[in-house]
Amino acid sequence: MRVRSWWSPATVTIALILALPVLVVFGFVLVPSGEVWQHLASTVLGDYISNSLWLMFGVGVGTLIGGVGTAWLTSMCRFPGRGFFEWALLLPMAMPAYIIAYTYTGLLDFAGPVQTFLRSVTGWGFQDYWFPEIRSLPGAVLMLALVLYPYVYLLARAAFLSQSLCVLDVSRTLGNGPWRTFFTVALPLARPAIVAGLSLALMETLADYGTVHYFGITTFTTGIFRTWFGLGNAPAAAQLAALLMVFVFVLIVLERSSRRHARYHSSQREQSIRRLPLHGAAAVAAVGFCSLPLAFGFILPALQLSWWSMTVAERMQLAPFVTLIVNSLGLAAGAALLALVLALILGYGRRLHPQPPVNWAVNISSLGYAVPGLVIAVGVLIPFAWFDQQVDQWMRSTFNISTGLLLSGTLAALLFTYVVRFLAVALQTVESGIGRIRPSLDEAGRSLGLTPRGVLWRIHRPMLRGSLLTALLLVFVDVLKELPATLMLRPFDFNTLAVRAYEAAMDERLADAGPASLAIMLAGLLPVIVLSRSITRSRHVQSP
Amino acid sequence: MSKVLEVQQVSVAFGSQRVVHEVDVALEAGTIGCLLGPSGCGKTTLLRAVAGFEPIINGTIHLEEQLVSRPGWTLAPEQRRVGMVFQDFALFPHLTVAKNLSFGLRDWTAKARQVRVDELLELVGLTAAAKQYPHQLSGGMQQRVALARALAPRPRILLLDEPFSSMDAELREQLAREVRDLIKREQVTALLVTHDQLEAFAMADQIGVLAAGKMHQWGSGFELYHEPADRFVADFIGQGALLAGRVLDHAQIETELGLIDGVNPHHLQPGSQVEVLIRPDDVIHDDASPQQAMILERAFRGAEYLYTLKLESGAKVLCLVQSHHQHAIGERIGVRLEADHLVAFA
Repeated sequence: MRVRSWWSPATVTIALILALPVLVVFGFVLVPSGEVWQHLASTVLGDYISNSLWLMFGVGVGTLIGGVGTAWLTSMCRFPGRGFFEWALLLPMAMPAYIIAYTYTGLLDFAGPVQTFLRSVTGWGFQDYWFPEIRSLPGAVLMLALVLYPYVYLLARAAFLSQSLCVLDVSRTLGNGPWRTFFTVALPLARPAIVAGLSLALMETLADYGTVHYFGITTFTTGIFRTWFGLGNAPAAAQLAALLMVFVFVLIVLERSSRRHARYHSSQREQSIRRLPLHGAAAVAAVGFCSLPLAFGFILPALQLSWWSMTVAERMQLAPFVTLIVNSLGLAAGAALLALVLALILGYGRRLHPQPPVNWAVNISSLGYAVPGLVIAVGVLIPFAWFDQQVDQWMRSTFNISTGLLLSGTLAALLFTYVVRFLAVALQTVESGIGRIRPSLDEAGRSLGLTPRGVLWRIHRPMLRGSLLTALLLVFVDVLKELPATLMLRPFDFNTLAVRAYEAAMDERLADAGPASLAIMLAGLLPVIVLSRSITRSRHVQSP
Repeated sequence: MSKVLEVQQVSVAFGSQRVVHEVDVALEAGTIGCLLGPSGCGKTTLLRAVAGFEPIINGTIHLEEQLVSRPGWTLAPEQRRVGMVFQDFALFPHLTVAKNLSFGLRDWTAKARQVRVDELLELVGLTAAAKQYPHQLSGGMQQRVALARALAPRPRILLLDEPFSSMDAELREQLAREVRDLIKREQVTALLVTHDQLEAFAMADQIGVLAAGKMHQWGSGFELYHEPADRFVADFIGQGALLAGRVLDHAQIETELGLIDGVNPHHLQPGSQVEVLIRPDDVIHDDASPQQAMILERAFRGAEYLYTLKLESGAKVLCLVQSHHQHAIGERIGVRLEADHLVAFA
């Protein structure tokens, strides 16, 4: 369908604006960084690459096994507690990796409850025994996988639920058992969704700064941070960022191509799911499998955070804390709405024009997600400051008025950074939702007199209710948890929960990080629960 | 009579591949036309070009004398006032049946909208299902909703893309007749796309046979069957076999089964070798006939048997015989030719 409209220029314009920070950073690749780059390449670059690769590999395996396994069990099998796990498995999403890193450090270090208990039982003393070091690469993999598997779980679950049961039944009648059916039919059918979820989790992994920094692991992000602030060398940091982008680009190409080769539309006729009943050992195994990520990704850290919060509760003041919460929620809601609107325009624009200019525009727009928030922040600050300076100069020379800082150091800059960074989350969700709407529905709308915009508003919007809500909440929770960009861009005296938690943890006051961390977690909980419910309901989109 | 649809010399391409090649179609008000052809022949593409979903690279498309498509310019589908029934019906799953029907009536007054929806619900016999959602309906009901939805805004032309392909075979012809009645009652001009000739015969006044993007013949079902324009149409429509023959003069052709009399429609040269289309009903089983043929296959059709016969020369023809004449495979039976229409290809 070739349509002359403003969709194509609109998507390209949005993409260019969103790509600005990254382009600015990339622009520095051309600026010679001198000996710093030589020094990096000969000393630490190998570590950055191998550590980042190991992190991705570990987190990838962990989130795939955890996410797909739990999604399959809770959507297609019946066992005690299934209904509970269905939504509870999303709970770790409310936990930022850096926060559970704080809690496990507190739990497992020498003075923590676990080792103390061990010593009191065995009578061992200091250095009498070996204990795994959580502040290590495997530890970081564990932390990240525990909180990132819900991305895979969410998308895999939605895919399993939308699969035509007929297809699964056909497989059974052709002599495949439930396991074979899972591996030969259900899994390949759900692959686009699983790959989408996995690429989200891996992008998060590459972008993580809080956890690896706290655990002292040198990766690209810590390297960029160190080079930028420690060595004060912007070009070298930008070059590291560019190298990191190569990794990200591979992920995006992988995700896009797998999705292009497998454009499955859900079947029109929907039946209620008949879940495979599990008994005895199988049921126990299923409960165990679902309990592990829940217990270690949420319950245990939540208990630790609650304990810390109680110990510091007496000396805490309420009013500043409420301000923190209002700041955080407002920012997150604003950024989520903005990201959703842009994601809809971009996702629908690509559906209308699945050709190069729009395709590239949309892909570029989602790159920001994998760029460390810190790098985006720098890419935002440089052009914004330049703009402020130009306006200020012009206004002073023309009207003799100083306008000062218009954009940089404002909430607008912070919102813009969040949108650049998290648009991909909204976009992936919106696009996979749009992909499930059969193209003939658009055409039916067009032949009944709707413009492309009318199709978006009157057909896609109501049908996408579930996906839109999902996109909104995913961005909301992500913004709430975001740390490095907020640290750098927040207006003077403007604090969020994440910043407060970080400052306390870096000061080795883990207990003081408790209340803010707990608040982030609690705020994240509500949308996560709503999210889970809406997904169950969007399956019956027909009955309002 | 005025032309509602006029497709002139239209070509459509996907990239460098031409899928529709200089096709002409014209439909007068109130007629039902049909594009018939094997899958991949370009018939759906042509229909989508009429709807405004595909741009054309050659020719023009006019709707009620308004130019709607030419190379480099395509009037948007929403501005064409065409109704379309999709292969998968494309009912809006989030709307009730009544809301689906009123979807295209946004500019109407609430009262007119209500009247029209009620009228259509009655027309397709779904008044009781007005408040139901599409997934609660059977396939046949969904199809009637799709039809009524397309008819609701009183389109200039109704386009139907393989509307019966998801239906049971036994239901298809009956549904095709029902849909034909509905379309005729609404006095709409319609263009149907199908690969099923029985469906085409049951529904359409005029049928165009398409293959590999080219229009082979445009005419009534009778014409396509009895006066096919070329070998492809002869082979695609109905059953039959081509038998070698020699033109004696412009009214007689000699074949293995005897002389065929008739007006030579294709101005064949006397003395030239041709192939004659022999339909199963042209071959009569007659025990008294000196012509003998061996039965290769037989298919029971209820009232008749359809025999595949092998002649002396090895050529094969089909023969319909009343089913109380039972013969075994391998048996030799007497046959003679009784052809009313002479169709021969050089």
